[in-house]
Amino acid sequence: MAVPAYATPAERVWYYAFRIICGLIFCFLVGPLFIIIPLSFNAEPYFSFTQKMLTLDPEGFSLRWYQDFFTSAAWLHSIKNSIIIAVASTILATVLGTIAALGLSSRFMPYRSVVMAILISPMIVPVIISGAGMFFFFSSIGIAQTYLGVILAHTALGIPFVVITVTATLTGFDQSLIRAAASMGANPTTTFFKVILPLVLPGVISGALFAFATSFDEVVVVLFISGPAQSTMPIQMWSGIRESISPTILAVATILVLLSIAMLTTVELLRRRSEKIRGISPG
Amino acid sequence: MKKSFRKSALTAAVMLGTLGVVSAAQAQQPLNVVSWGGAYTMSQEEAYSKPWTEKTGQRIVNIDRSATGLAGLRAQVEAGNVTWDLVDMLPADAKIACAEGLIEILDHDELLSPAPDGTPASQDFVPGALDECFVATIVYSNIVAFNTEMFPADKQPSKIADIFDLENYPGMRSLQRRPINNLEWALLADGVPHDEVYEMLTTEAGLERAFAKLDTIKDNTIWWSEGAQPPQLLADKEVAFASAYNGRIFDAQVNENQPFEIIWDGQVFELDGWVVPRGKMDVAKDFLRFSTDTERNAAQASYISYGPARMSAAGLVGQHIPTGIEMTPHMPTYEPNFATALPKDDEFWADYQDELNERFDAWLAN
Amino acid sequence: MSVSMPGSQTNPESGVVGSGGATAPLLAADGRPLKVSLRRAMFKNKARALLLVSPLLIFLFVAFVMPIFSMLTRSVESNEVITLLPNTAMAVQAWDGEGLPDELTFAALAGDLKQGQIDRNLGRVASRLNYEYSGMRSTITGTARRITNLENPESWKETLIDINSNWADTGVWRVIKRESSGYTLSYYLAAMDMRYDEEGKIVRQPETRRVYVDLMIKTLWMSILITFMCFILGYPVAFLLASLPLSTSNLLMMMVLLPFWTSLLVRTTSWIAILQSQGVLNNILVAIGVVDDNNRLQLIYNQIGTIVAMTHILLPFMILPLYSVMKSISPSYMRAARSMGATGYTAFRRVYFPQTLPGIGAGAILVFILAIGYYITPALVGGESGRFITNFIAYHMQVSLNWGLAAAIASILLGAVIMLYLLYNRIVGSDNLKLG
Repeated sequence: MAVPAYATPAERVWYYAFRIICGLIFCFLVGPLFIIIPLSFNAEPYFSFTQKMLTLDPEGFSLRWYQDFFTSAAWLHSIKNSIIIAVASTILATVLGTIAALGLSSRFMPYRSVVMAILISPMIVPVIISGAGMFFFFSSIGIAQTYLGVILAHTALGIPFVVITVTATLTGFDQSLIRAAASMGANPTTTFFKVILPLVLPGVISGALFAFATSFDEVVVVLFISGPAQSTMPIQMWSGIRESISPTILAVATILVLLSIAMLTTVELLRRRSEKIRGISPG
Repeated sequence: MKKSFRKSALTAAVMLGTLGVVSAAQAQQPLNVVSWGGAYTMSQEEAYSKPWTEKTGQRIVNIDRSATGLAGLRAQVEAGNVTWDLVDMLPADAKIACAEGLIEILDHDELLSPAPDGTPASQDFVPGALDECFVATIVYSNIVAFNTEMFPADKQPSKIADIFDLENYPGMRSLQRRPINNLEWALLADGVPHDEVYEMLTTEAGLERAFAKLDTIKDNTIWWSEGAQPPQLLADKEVAFASAYNGRIFDAQVNENQPFEIIWDGQVFELDGWVVPRGKMDVAKDFLRFSTDTERNAAQASYISYGPARMSAAGLVGQHIPTGIEMTPHMPTYEPNFATALPKDDEFWADYQDELNERFDAWLAN
Repeated sequence: MSVSMPGSQTNPESGVVGSGGATAPLLAADGRPLKVSLRRAMFKNKARALLLVSPLLIFLFVAFVMPIFSMLTRSVESNEVITLLPNTAMAVQAWDGEGLPDELTFAALAGDLKQGQIDRNLGRVASRLNYEYSGMRSTITGTARRITNLENPESWKETLIDINSNWADTGVWRVIKRESSGYTLSYYLAAMDMRYDEEGKIVRQPETRRVYVDLMIKTLWMSILITFMCFILGYPVAFLLASLPLSTSNLLMMMVLLPFWTSLLVRTTSWIAILQSQGVLNNILVAIGVVDDNNRLQLIYNQIGTIVAMTHILLPFMILPLYSVMKSISPSYMRAARSMGATGYTAFRRVYFPQTLPGIGAGAILVFILAIGYYITPALVGGESGRFITNFIAYHMQVSLNWGLAAAIASILLGAVIMLYLLYNRIVGSDNLKLG
């Protein structure tokens, strides 16, 4: 969108003003994420830039908060928990969600919109409500305060993401490919693994990553239904922020920002790949 | 027939084997101890946990959940999966937990060790320290502290009424987000005598008076909810005054050299101690006995400025171990500090907290 | 399976066929009537689709629907009196609600209290009744302690009233009678700042105890404000992204998606670092002399903190639907308008903007739904004035332990969210939800 040749001077001013405004909004979006990265190397236990940091004095910087993080038993335990819970619930959500998406994208699916609305609802219902309900129900069937309970809860929360991304991939899916495979003698299992899966795989992986991120970032439900043994990284951060913000939290936050950049890049590459495969890449 | 017998014998053997493994594992199981976190947990660690682990090899896992301890206990009992072995709790919460059957009834003389001179445990604790399901370990106090750097040297606050005096003592305040203590302080600052405070709070006029007093500083108050917040807020100079547990302020004073001062006037003191969750008596009782004996009880006072709940321990309080400071003047029970102290009325709060919490929330919101 | 052209289908039952007598039904290749064959194939396909979806539906039923249902149950359940004071609950039914119940009821109460003292379960009923009537906690536990060793006195009525004068209060007995049915409305009443008065009529809470209605209104109002902020900030960005060449816009889109992928707690932490009074922003303002060092701006632990942080967190949910709608608007409309003499502003207002309304609707409802149910961010940066109704759900779940009230507030919030969700479904359709 360049300035058209016929633009009036006022329009030219507006054109650049508009870009500056947009630039500021982009700063608002990503600035806060990057501001904590230098702060996490603060040598002092403060939450702001010290004089030494501003003058780039090496003494103003240190890795002590990272060291704190990697040597703290509580933090390491919570990472282990977060990974166990996130991996398990991601696998469950991805398997259940992908199978369901295959059914949903069939044009014969009855009550499609109602079913879809139900499957999406864990994303819409405020987590605090789901968390309260899960606390009551899981307590009554004896799986509150267990890994199983937390994993089931996170699976439920991750499912909408898998369903949405996989059905989106399947929308552009050419059903005649299945018939072509069948006509050439492939049985349904072969068809699934050789034809369907490679095509929907990018969607499945994106969905899985979404589910993973959901579980990895989830506080409220864990707060309600977990016992001390299941304390996760977000719980550790949550109690840290509520009490006092030690820069250790900034170190953790920095690591998590890098993780999210990695996940986002993966998802973006997958999306492009998927569009290319399906031939709908706009270029 | 024979086959099925062999099968069941096998099953029984396997089960017995598993049982053996389980009980062997039990002995090695760490003990999950719930407490308040921060400097307080640290003092318990130094005084109880470390010597205990040295003595028995059993590891102690600290869980900082006492702030929602009653909720946690209820949830665990309801879920039928109690994972906490010993919980540090306020007596008021312990009363509720006891009435709900969430915690074990304690036979104090059988469970607790006698004083060194042979006085049975039931005679060796300060009044109110032993309840049906509760054994106090410390006497602590809710006080207001201030950062001395926020006021000129010749104009330092000294009375509880000073926190309501914005003219002479400007700046933000931080108080705990609950009616307990704040209502008492409002009335004390308004000139109500100590022994009439709780009586007055049962009347509408008294409540109106207390809330009216709080109104005067409402716009200058940040409300805290975790015990570690007030020292942090004071250190960051986010506030000039903060209500706090006296031990937290002591910790910041001596371990971090923070320029804090405690206003002992109008301190509201109460007890704090152990309860045993239902079904955990067997795993917890040895550590319970160990951590409440006279020596341990006195040792804790060498790490944090909370008074020991055992009378036989009071005489043993000496110096702060990390810094060598004399502990006595920092104790809530030290004579000059204690002159205008108010004991917290647990019965009053047990009955009125539901109603007053609501009223306090409504007051905050409007 | 061979299928004839749709146009040639003559359905015998449709009545299209004239009166010229019965026409033989069309047959499929296997010789069955086409209609049957089609229906069977259709049924098979439907069944297969349903079968694929069913494991997930069953899973969600157990892990999500049942929990929500049990929460709804909690909000009206009140079985403490009926299960823990069973004889009293039965005996009090005969009482007409005036004066005091008879000796039999008092004796039943004494029996229940004694039993409860042995079973150690009076705490729950004491807490339950204390919600309704302050002072009942100590009345029940205190009375129970005092009568444990008392055997059949002359009159239980006099004995109990002697121990605690609350037992002579008609209001106390009305509460007990009301709560003996197993179900109660009082949690919902409390959530709407109402209560039963001494006569048992429903009245508003006294002004000093009204909390929730105002807070719900404040939550709605702040959510609207956040939604509006997201719109103001999101619209230009979406417009820019939609009008740039794809290679550039893909790169910029990453900047929108990055916050979306970053942990909520991380984003909230950053805002604390930026906004607190010793934080980055205040330091900058002090350094450039806009703000006095002793008069730093209070930007966090109040409504400003909540609104800024939540706008940041929810902004991607506004940009993404707006972008997908704008992307589908052909630029030739604007060019046409311009060529016919419209100024840039008029062309935008009259031609472009109306076409983006569906995107605005979708984004706004999504942001609004997510906003009113948010808990973490308001709890961490909202302080007192920036609290949401969700904070009280958490408070009653974890601190006050009034689970019934927590469930009632949550149910009201759930009702609001479901209504908005239905609206969203009508406008957008949940199957059109996209994630980046």
